Amino acid sequence: MVAALGFEWRVALRFLREGRLQTLLIVVGVAAGVAVVTYISVLIDGLQRNTLARTLGAQAHVVLLPLEERVLPVLPRAAGDPGFGDTQVRAQPLRALPDWPGLVRVLDARAGVVGVSPTLGGAALAQRGAATRAVTLTGIDLDRHTRIIELHTRTVAGRARLGPGEAVAGVTLAEDLGVRVGDLITVSSGARSQTLRITALVDLGATELNRRMLYAPLRSAQSLFDLPGGAARIELALADVWAAQTLAADLARQWPLRTESWQQTNAQLVSALNAQRVSTTLIRAVVLLVVVLGIASVLVVSVVQKQREIGILRAMGATRGQVQRIFLLQGALLGAAGSLLGLGLALAMVAAFMHFARGADGLPLFAITLPPALALQVAAVALLAGVLAAIAPARRAAGLEPAQAIRT
Amino acid sequence: MTPAAPAPAPAPAAAALVRLRGLRKAYRAGLAGESEILHGLDLDLARGEFAALIGPSGSGKSTLLNVLGLLERASAGHYTLAGTDVEALDDAARTRLRRDAIGFVFQFHHLLPAFSALENVTLPALARDGRVTPAVRARAAALLAEVGLAPAMHRRPGELSGGMQQRVAVARALALAPALVLADEPTGNLDTATADEVFALLRRMHREAGTAFLVVTHDERLAARCDRRIAIVDGHIVADDGTAAA
Repeated sequence: MVAALGFEWRVALRFLREGRLQTLLIVVGVAAGVAVVTYISVLIDGLQRNTLARTLGAQAHVVLLPLEERVLPVLPRAAGDPGFGDTQVRAQPLRALPDWPGLVRVLDARAGVVGVSPTLGGAALAQRGAATRAVTLTGIDLDRHTRIIELHTRTVAGRARLGPGEAVAGVTLAEDLGVRVGDLITVSSGARSQTLRITALVDLGATELNRRMLYAPLRSAQSLFDLPGGAARIELALADVWAAQTLAADLARQWPLRTESWQQTNAQLVSALNAQRVSTTLIRAVVLLVVVLGIASVLVVSVVQKQREIGILRAMGATRGQVQRIFLLQGALLGAAGSLLGLGLALAMVAAFMHFARGADGLPLFAITLPPALALQVAAVALLAGVLAAIAPARRAAGLEPAQAIRT
Repeated sequence: MTPAAPAPAPAPAAAALVRLRGLRKAYRAGLAGESEILHGLDLDLARGEFAALIGPSGSGKSTLLNVLGLLERASAGHYTLAGTDVEALDDAARTRLRRDAIGFVFQFHHLLPAFSALENVTLPALARDGRVTPAVRARAAALLAEVGLAPAMHRRPGELSGGMQQRVAVARALALAPALVLADEPTGNLDTATADEVFALLRRMHREAGTAFLVVTHDERLAARCDRRIAIVDGHIVADDGTAAA
């Protein structure tokens, strides 16, 4: 193959070397384009991953809930019969999921699901001394729940542990109640109340959550809310967060359940992320176009400049195909050289970002890296763009009549 | 196979390297403003001949050379090169035949400026084989030595004098040992002394390689030193003092 293209390679390289300044300028131009595309991709990717991690770190990817109670008409309505004009909306009491242990077993075995946590939560009052606060008391199995929300790494005081009669509280809640690790609080859900000992304080990343969240063993919640053996939600963590919506729809079809994906509960965030992604794609497309046009214009000029040399090559016995490939190779080489330089430049920009873009705490805002797969992809696209840009000039060169080309 | 065209100087067909019968070349053929440059030429060139093609400017010499060199197609008539009817060949086959059978020397030497003298001479083989074998390189170096450029063979054309460049062009034309070398005013751009030197080189290479040469020239002096003179005026061959020798 190398021998087969030896002539084309040799001539293409020499032509590029001969037009040194042109070559240099367009390689730098391509490199700038490649660097911009790469850097923006990496930055947006880092930003999105960071946003997602922050959002999804404190919530489940998919939540399974019991069906809501609804008023159903007793008789099928006749055509034209408006029925009762006004129907009382049913109250939604806390209800257990039917056969939740069986569901948990099935979900545990499902591919792509990395965490399954049955929970039972509801509104309660936490009290210590004169201070009373409304809390969201959530009964969990700590081992299972840490696969949804990593409570251990979010622990700021004590050690997260949920034995019988123990609880984990949000940091702000603890401040409001004036409690520390080891202190007791009283939790009541209207009908019943319990005394729980705080084993750890956690920072969930949002003040509102830190002010409200109180974790207790599932059993405590069951007795507080008077649902013995029950669980009202099953929270899932997925390996691929973007699969949440499909999985949620699948589960709702298979089981008599209501499901919510994180995309549904964070619709605004998802649309913001999508808008970002569309903008990135647009920027990429425009830069790609500029790169293609840049390479093409250089090669068009080169074909005009080298008309006579092309004629000589043809007179010497170079075929139309060989002449065409000489220019296609030049395009590919410009794309390749530009992408190498551009990736280097992008790495420098990433390093600069990590060095200069720091938050108030002096730490980098978020970590961005250039993944090898992206680098390869960018290089491949630049190479392809080079070849694409060279098609028209190459065909033009190949179409030159040798006698005419030599006369010019 | 022989077309029924009048042949004023019929040659033994078997020995003919080039055989033209009723060859016409027109530009914009069939369109408004058509201009015919060659009006039905009959011409034979034998293997190993050394002929001059003479005539005033605009008489069609270069056009004839382009047609002979397979750089342009004839509009009508027959052209047989080394026994092959070239008008029947497609573009790729014409390119191959041109590469293997014909060498060119142009008036303005037309070397590739980005390649050294030696590389220019090896280019035809590189185009043919995709690589330069040691044997090809050795032959190119030998050719350059023969034209007296051994010390300059690694220099670029821009670093060589006009006469030297033309000698490189001669070496390149002979690189693949073609049967026919077409030279379009090879000395037209050189001073008399250098022109004589290059012409002498052509004659020497002709003697040594046995290649047929057709040399377009304005220079009566040089034409006189060729074995045969073919004169062309307004697209007609008006004089031919030799016959294609067998």
